[in-house]
Amino acid sequence: MATSEIRPGSPEYERWVDPATGEFRVIEPTQTFKSITDKITRIVLTPHTPLGWFFLFSMFGSLAVMLLAAVTWLFLKGVGIWAISQPVAWGFAIINFVWWIGIGHAGTLISAILLLFKQKWRNSISRFAEAMTIFAVVCAGMFPLIHVGRPWLGYWLFPAPFTMTVWPQFRSPLEWDVFAVSTYATISVVFWYVGMVPDLGTFRDRAKTRFAQYVYGIISLGWRGSVKHWVRYETASLLLAGLATPLVLSVHTVISFDFAVAVLPGWHTTIFPPYFVAGAIYSGFAMVLTLAIPLRKFYHLEALVTERHMDNMGKVMLVTGFIVGYGYGMEAFMAWYSANHWEFFTFWNRAFGPMGWSYWTLITCNLAIPLTTLWVRKWRTNMTFMFIMSIIVNTGMWFERFVIVVTSLTRDYLPSSWGTYRATKWDYMTFVGTLGLFTTLFLLFVRFLPMIPMNEIRMLLPQAKIKPKAVAGNGD
Amino acid sequence: MPPREGTYGLLAEFDDPGDLVRAARQSYQDGWRRMDCYSPYPVEEAAEAIGFDRTRDRVPLVTLIGGLMGLTAMFLLETWINTLAYPIDIAGRPLYSWPAFVVPAYEWTILWAGLSAAFCMFALNGLPSLYHPVFNAPNFRNGATVDKFFLCLEALDPKFDLIEARKYLEGFHPLSVVEVEY
Repeated sequence: MATSEIRPGSPEYERWVDPATGEFRVIEPTQTFKSITDKITRIVLTPHTPLGWFFLFSMFGSLAVMLLAAVTWLFLKGVGIWAISQPVAWGFAIINFVWWIGIGHAGTLISAILLLFKQKWRNSISRFAEAMTIFAVVCAGMFPLIHVGRPWLGYWLFPAPFTMTVWPQFRSPLEWDVFAVSTYATISVVFWYVGMVPDLGTFRDRAKTRFAQYVYGIISLGWRGSVKHWVRYETASLLLAGLATPLVLSVHTVISFDFAVAVLPGWHTTIFPPYFVAGAIYSGFAMVLTLAIPLRKFYHLEALVTERHMDNMGKVMLVTGFIVGYGYGMEAFMAWYSANHWEFFTFWNRAFGPMGWSYWTLITCNLAIPLTTLWVRKWRTNMTFMFIMSIIVNTGMWFERFVIVVTSLTRDYLPSSWGTYRATKWDYMTFVGTLGLFTTLFLLFVRFLPMIPMNEIRMLLPQAKIKPKAVAGNGD
Repeated sequence: MPPREGTYGLLAEFDDPGDLVRAARQSYQDGWRRMDCYSPYPVEEAAEAIGFDRTRDRVPLVTLIGGLMGLTAMFLLETWINTLAYPIDIAGRPLYSWPAFVVPAYEWTILWAGLSAAFCMFALNGLPSLYHPVFNAPNFRNGATVDKFFLCLEALDPKFDLIEARKYLEGFHPLSVVEVEY
């Protein structure tokens, strides 16, 4: 246990261990209800938007405009402007789709699964992790839609009574995707919004301008904090968490079925569902770190998003990283153990074929670097280190999707149909453009909505505990 | 609907959640029924103190019914579409492929259950309601969503008398007691 590195009596111990309970503190001591509220409301309700925000917004906004340009040209010319062809018909669109959806998974894991496990440290980071989920799903959901070639017929995917009486075919995993991703997007938005309503009530009551009072007044639905409302609210939150947990596990499972149900060597394996889910959580936590580290510095949130959060997220990455490593190992083992010629060739081709560099990039970024260094607590609580690590892991996970999609497709059963793949500038523009769209949406969220759930942080404070005398008291 | 005018109730403000719970429990024991507490974060003890039984709350039941409806709706829809409305023969596989139908049906179970939980919670709470008399109290919006705890004895309670009730609330030593108008 790395936490045992903190010895009792040391200044670190005094700072982090609550003397009353002997447990680790989640947030820095000496916070009050008011200080938390002031800190978070001031970020949004200030009339002075920081210059740095405008700088980032214009920078990432231009990338989002580039996405618009790339997609417009795509709609005018068709998917031929991308590098997709035979045999690689999936290319960047599906790589990015799987990568973005995976990133979203950490948000749901933090907000739902850690809530069910009563991991209180999640409270500080759950809101912006959920926001990250939603924006990642927005970027992800776009890709299959523009990849179908005729996106204006996208509604054919839904079972609706059209006059042409053509209905979807439910035995295809691609149709399952439609339901998995649309449900995931809807439930994530609902969970996020329900969680935000009480905080929007705080904004309504603290807003100075008439316009802000109206807007926050309407979107807070008239929340007044009645304790009866709170009880139902907590019940609904728990139920939503309980529903989001199997949902998040099912979404990447269904996406892995897109591959695993196919007969292509390298795709047709039973390890895909768990290995996809673990990889999703791995990259998602990396993205949470990529967002949290600059945010906490920029908005001075060190007291609420503490070193302990970084430490814990580092540990989760370590665990999921090892599951992913097991997945890679099992793929290699089964390629040999199955004694299946094509399966073995696919593995050999991945590692030593013409695109072997992508496989070794993924091994370096996902296994070699993180799984050797994340063991050290001192490094896990070092912000620069963790930021660089998060970028490395995200790169590695992108290459994992690349390896799965591209190297399997380039060389399947028949050597006469082998091919290669080289992405065009439109592929790159679309991918970088979604990074811009994602960050732009996130910047808007940080500017206009509560990025840290105030009501949940209030519950972490010692003064929120009901003293026993008051509970037992009968009018004393 | 009777005209809404006059006093809605008396609002006592507390600094500490323990004081609120104690006051709420005592008032309930003394026979008050039309009352409510307001807090900036969930204080379950206060809800129990004013007689709110969470085991009889209907949100979980509605969620269950919603989920079962989603499951049934999707499974039947899939079966109808793939066997009757638009049967396609794909490599001789059976039209009624129930294992394949499980996945969308599973997703719709979650979708309908989640939407039921959220909408039912808001509906039972009577939200959205942008106007509520407690917002008229001068100190309510300063504290109820930040760091103060409120107990409101409502005028509709048969025991309510403006002067007596004010005295009663002051017995709990709140920060203030204010009259709330409609």
